[in-house]
Amino acid sequence: MLTLLFDGIAYGMLLFVLSLGLAVTMGLMNLINLAHGAFAMAGGYVLVVLMERFGWPFLACLPAAFVVTALAGALLERTIYRPMYGKPHLDQVLFSIGLTFMAVAAVDYVMGSQQVNTQTPEWLRGRFEYGSGDWMLGMGAYRLFIVAVCVALTLGLQAILNRTRFGTRLRASVDDPRVAAALGIPVNQVFLVTFAVGSGLAGLGGALGVDILGLDPSFPFKFMVYFLIVCAVGGTSSISGPLLAAVVLGIADVFGKYYVPKLGGFIVYVLMIAILLWRPQGLFAREGRH
Amino acid sequence: MSAADASARLVRPVRWRAWEVVLWVAIWIAPFALPQYAALINEIAIFALFAVSLDIVLGYAGIVSLGHAAFFGAGGYASALLAKHLIADPLVGLALGTAIGAVLGALTSPMIVRGTDLTRLMVTMGVALVLLELANKFDNITGGADGLQGVVTAPLFGVFEFDLAARTASFYSVSVLFVVFIVLRRVVHSPFGVSLQALRDNRLRLAAVGMSVQGRLMAAYTLGAAIAGAAGALLSQTTGFASLDLLDFHRSADVMLALVIGGAGWLWGGLAGAIAFKVLHDLLSAITPQYWTFWIGLFLVVLMLVGRERLMRPWTWFDRGRGRRT
Repeated sequence: MLTLLFDGIAYGMLLFVLSLGLAVTMGLMNLINLAHGAFAMAGGYVLVVLMERFGWPFLACLPAAFVVTALAGALLERTIYRPMYGKPHLDQVLFSIGLTFMAVAAVDYVMGSQQVNTQTPEWLRGRFEYGSGDWMLGMGAYRLFIVAVCVALTLGLQAILNRTRFGTRLRASVDDPRVAAALGIPVNQVFLVTFAVGSGLAGLGGALGVDILGLDPSFPFKFMVYFLIVCAVGGTSSISGPLLAAVVLGIADVFGKYYVPKLGGFIVYVLMIAILLWRPQGLFAREGRH
Repeated sequence: MSAADASARLVRPVRWRAWEVVLWVAIWIAPFALPQYAALINEIAIFALFAVSLDIVLGYAGIVSLGHAAFFGAGGYASALLAKHLIADPLVGLALGTAIGAVLGALTSPMIVRGTDLTRLMVTMGVALVLLELANKFDNITGGADGLQGVVTAPLFGVFEFDLAARTASFYSVSVLFVVFIVLRRVVHSPFGVSLQALRDNRLRLAAVGMSVQGRLMAAYTLGAAIAGAAGALLSQTTGFASLDLLDFHRSADVMLALVIGGAGWLWGGLAGAIAFKVLHDLLSAITPQYWTFWIGLFLVVLMLVGRERLMRPWTWFDRGRGRRT
């Protein structure tokens, strides 16, 4: 029981890091970016290549995955994403599906279509167990590591958002980009930095998740739904909404797969539809904003 | 604008244009003239029917749907199961597929009238995913990942056998497409169809005029779902096979792509898009069988960045701008 709960939380935390960038771009630029999973996949492959081919240590690979995908995100934001901001949602959807198709085929071409694996370092392979019987809590060291990293990231991001000048500008731009621009906030730069950081976080999440989620070229499509669920259910106007949604989703998914494996993702999808019917703006969205 | 002008504006696009008649004659000649491509013609006709059904939902009613394969798959499985266990007659199967699509559409339509584009996107995609999961898990009925094999469809009208060369199939699918096209052409130019387009452009204004926005959206969604069910039924009948692929996300994405290439918001868009997509697909996969999605993706990205109108302008196909807006 507790073990499952813990696994669910770790999984949810991972999903949160993966989808946070998507939630922010959706709230900030009103952009539906289905290609977000492609950045996560890129991060995963950066980790795999650096570790397997160049023998980098695991801990050095994680920041590298972040930096590489953030740079890629910044580049793409400048060149091709920016013209899409004002376009209708349908255009954005098709545009980002096209990008995802390209990313999937390109990775397939370069890396091959089979699933890739990495060796997690020795010190992350252990397992801690407490208690016994039904209430035994078993924690894999790797999952514990993920939870620690994600909690640290969440606290850090929350602090940046609430305490720094950049955070204030970001929140102002989310609330009303036009007024923010009129007040002299460089909204375009805020967009650029935010998009880059969001992509970087996706890359970091993808790198962290290689061991748990598995990594192959179809990754962006396989997990696209999960990212979107987190954003749609959690709302896009805060950090805590997507966080809660991601953790609930992670727990529901792990429990569902354990107790009724026959139904698989069924529970999650039905739950999502039910929540969206009940609160079309998302569970934790503020009223009155779209 | 006087009342006479207004009615003239509404009536003008209703009339059949010469080029439309010519195109339909050409489409009818195709299966006679190119029997060696009968299977491809069949496939394109079914895909076009599917794209036209999405056109009603997306192009006319403005509902962004990433789960249209749900109805396609439901219709396909329904007719395949009917043919396998009860009645093998193709027309009964087609009717059942259409009915199942319509029922499913009517049941899910209350879900798409609320919320934002993102919500609709998620809900439509969610419905398709739920059906996919169900079809995968109840593999004693649907055959699961192996697919439902051994679907034998009886000869059409008891005379025309469905042969391997797909000659009967191509005529069958083209006729269904033709009938649906004629019916839809009436529908989209009826007051209902015109109100759908008004609704797509400005929901608030239509509500202010006193029309039921939700009722119209639901009706359009159900209509689109019914036709998608018919398309699915055609595919499983003519291929004698139904698999999870019918419900796959790729199918929803492909049909949306085809419709956007052809242009949403006019009925020929579905047909043109289906033909363009299939031709593009065949050309690209002949060059790079494994990586053709890359080029489709690139095409889509460029199309969206440049804008369809501008990209297509050099050719200015069939004067489409006027046909749609007047």
